[in-house]
Amino acid sequence: MNFDFSDEQKQMRDEARKFLAEKCPPKAVRTVLDGKASYDKDLWQGLAEMGFLGVAIPEEFGGAGAGHLELCVISEEMGRALAPVPFSSTVYLAAEAILIAGSDAQKKKWLPAIASGSAIGTLALFEGKGNPSPEAINLSAAGGTLNGVKKPVPDGAIADFAIVAARTGSTGRDSDISLFLVDMKAGGVEAKALTSLDPSRGQAELTFKNCKAEPLGAAGEGWSVLSQVLDRAAVLMAFEQVGGADRALEMGRDYALDRIAFGRPIGSFQAVKHMLADMYVSATLARSNCYYGAWALSTNASELPEAAAAARISATQAFQHCAKNNIQVHGGMGFTWEFDCHMYYRRANATALGLGSLSYWEDALIDRMRKRNAA
Amino acid sequence: MNFDDTPQEAAFRAEAKAWIAANAPKQYEEELRKSSLGRTQLKGANILEVAKAWQKKKADAGWACLHWPKEYGGRGASPIERVIWQQEEGPFGKLSGMFIIGHGMCGPTMMAFAGEDQKRKYLPPLASGEKIWCQLFSEPAGGSDVAGLRTRAERKGDDWIINGQKIWTSGAHYSDYGILLTRTDPNVAKHKGLTMFFLDMKSLGVEVKPIKQANGASDFNEVYFTDVKIPDSQRLGAVNDGWNVSLTTLMNERMSIGAGVSTGFPELFEFCNSLMLDDCPAIEDRNVRSKLANWAVKASGLKYTSMRAISALSKGERPGPENSIGKLVAGSMIQDVAAYALDLQGAAGVLSGPEDAEATGKFQAMLLRAPGTRVEGGTDEIMRNIIAERVLGLPGDIRVDKDVPFNKIPTRGRG
Ligand SMILES: Cc1cc2nc3c(=O)[nH]c(=O)nc-3n(C[C@H](O)[C@H](O)[C@H](O)COP(=O)(O)OP(=O)(O)OC[C@H]3O[C@@H](n4cnc5c(N)ncnc54)[C@H](O)[C@@H]3O)c2cc1C
Repeated sequence: MNFDFSDEQKQMRDEARKFLAEKCPPKAVRTVLDGKASYDKDLWQGLAEMGFLGVAIPEEFGGAGAGHLELCVISEEMGRALAPVPFSSTVYLAAEAILIAGSDAQKKKWLPAIASGSAIGTLALFEGKGNPSPEAINLSAAGGTLNGVKKPVPDGAIADFAIVAARTGSTGRDSDISLFLVDMKAGGVEAKALTSLDPSRGQAELTFKNCKAEPLGAAGEGWSVLSQVLDRAAVLMAFEQVGGADRALEMGRDYALDRIAFGRPIGSFQAVKHMLADMYVSATLARSNCYYGAWALSTNASELPEAAAAARISATQAFQHCAKNNIQVHGGMGFTWEFDCHMYYRRANATALGLGSLSYWEDALIDRMRKRNAA
Repeated sequence: MNFDDTPQEAAFRAEAKAWIAANAPKQYEEELRKSSLGRTQLKGANILEVAKAWQKKKADAGWACLHWPKEYGGRGASPIERVIWQQEEGPFGKLSGMFIIGHGMCGPTMMAFAGEDQKRKYLPPLASGEKIWCQLFSEPAGGSDVAGLRTRAERKGDDWIINGQKIWTSGAHYSDYGILLTRTDPNVAKHKGLTMFFLDMKSLGVEVKPIKQANGASDFNEVYFTDVKIPDSQRLGAVNDGWNVSLTTLMNERMSIGAGVSTGFPELFEFCNSLMLDDCPAIEDRNVRSKLANWAVKASGLKYTSMRAISALSKGERPGPENSIGKLVAGSMIQDVAAYALDLQGAAGVLSGPEDAEATGKFQAMLLRAPGTRVEGGTDEIMRNIIAERVLGLPGDIRVDKDVPFNKIPTRGRG
């Protein structure tokens, strides 16, 4: 058994960490957070040049062809640095959807563009409140044109193309849903940036009016593709969350060693020590669940749906737990705009919602465990 | 990243599997599989005898204390082979409960500090379960603060004379030997005046009094020492260096990873599948699912944390203090899981007669045993201190008695 990343993969993680420490300091995150840019374009190009955007894209489609374990280690670093770029929407959602369901032509057109940083992609799934489900998809597709509204769409206002989930049937079954690929430059779709909890990763509303769209994958298979995409994205996002949780823990630890109160470092008070120990525990449990998710993702194991849900829940909890207590350790400082604590707190709570809420994944996990037990 | 055995590991696993299939006491397999924390008993059989017989059989065939050297009753196996054995032993491993302290703590301490002749004499019967050992550390005055203990050892020629009292000593009532931490110099700071010995529990002047526990069982004891004589040859480590010796013992506790801690989750999951709430299986209730999912990821998090530790072991790395999280997480989890399983049954959850035992019995047993799990081998608070100090590098607690001679430390309360 080797339940760990390989030395090469760890080396890649170090490389990504070094690169992001230099190119994505908290100051860079703030530029986007403060609304001075919609995303960090230099960083995006830099990530492309490092080969990080196409790390799991096969070489024949312009990627590095390394694989999903490599993508996991990079995702962790993206989360640690709070990289203000459309990484999750483009790499986890759009690229994975095309890899799973795209035609050869679609792959040839979009995957190299993703890998080189010249195309930002997204997945337009949600239509207002609620969790992912076929019933919640009402945007209609008829004769190759889409009509309807999607929101929130991650990075929707800066995307070059979108994968859109649409209703193509009315049988009340999962097979009513089909996927389409929309080139945002082709017209018929209007994007409006929305304000959100975490402006370092934008959200948008997309309005489709007689918008021409090409099918992605077979008609009626949209939901099945979507569930696979969501599971895969859940694992990758969980790595981002673990990266964020670890960084928040580290910030809290460093501050606790530095800040003096009552004549001692606050890290010598047991209430503070125990709070940090509990942060460590939650981050460790999440990391271990993520490793299992990474194994399942990289081997396309039949355990993936269950592993993905466990990684997602555990990483969501850990990031929220560490981010919130990091502020507590920092006291009043932690509550200032000036300090970086709130950026992690925002990202923790925003990533908790993006792929469906915690309760959605809790439900999914138990469903999947039941199915396995029954089998 | 993979879960595959190397060819050597696979060969070892196959050998272990075959031997277990041919030799394990299969008549108890189902009962052992179903037993949960606080409830390992066998109907119509004395578990102590069954456990000793299984241990002896393993030892005779070279499957006991796998990582110990052969000359001391082990197999000289690698840490990873030991883990593979534990995986294959499965429910039969639950029979090892009464040997854990001897094998996990006393044995390694003997190996590090006893003389060669002593090792050859005492270790093989310890490995084979013929002799059971206990650990005599805790006292009324010193539990978490082990170094606060008061049992005195005074030198008299070639012997030491022991007077004092130990408490919470697991298995002392059926143990043959014990390792004993004593105070040999009360005039120096508390950590500096301790000395470690091993002794025959049948020695004159040793009196064992079982204590009835909160859960009704009597697994631990008070042990009294009245002028007990221990030859100096049974001293482990240097005089007044007992603290360092005891640290070796406590460090070794952590090596026993991979055995898998009980979390109560599999029991709860199964229970929620069968329990009907308002004509619907409990597992279909939204609140129940949410609770289950939260515990499910803790249980899987622990499982994969131990797999990461095993991977590190197989690469030759040593298990670190991060392994403290297993007991810390599982202890309170099993307590909460058990309370929740009873809560789901409403008022009836309180009943424990034979007709209700199937639904409530195992959860009540867990509920009543769990507080002990959170205390034994270091309380939750001590575990958090360990993580904070040794993993995260935070400052140690302020110790007001650190440089004060032991006999000048103010005392209050027990003892
Ligand atoms: C089932 C069981 C089996 C046992 N078996 C053995 C055995 O075989 N051999 C043996 O030697 N001992 C054994 N023990 C004893 C066990 O090691 C001690 O009970 C344990 O270390 C706690 O010590 P204590 O009981 O004196 O509690 P105390 O140390 O008095 O603790 C009381 C409370 O104070 C807290 N506390 C104490 N110090 C600190 C601190 N520094 N920071 C924060 N909180 C603190 C504790 O966490 C706890 O909540 C066993 C105990 C149990 C329950």
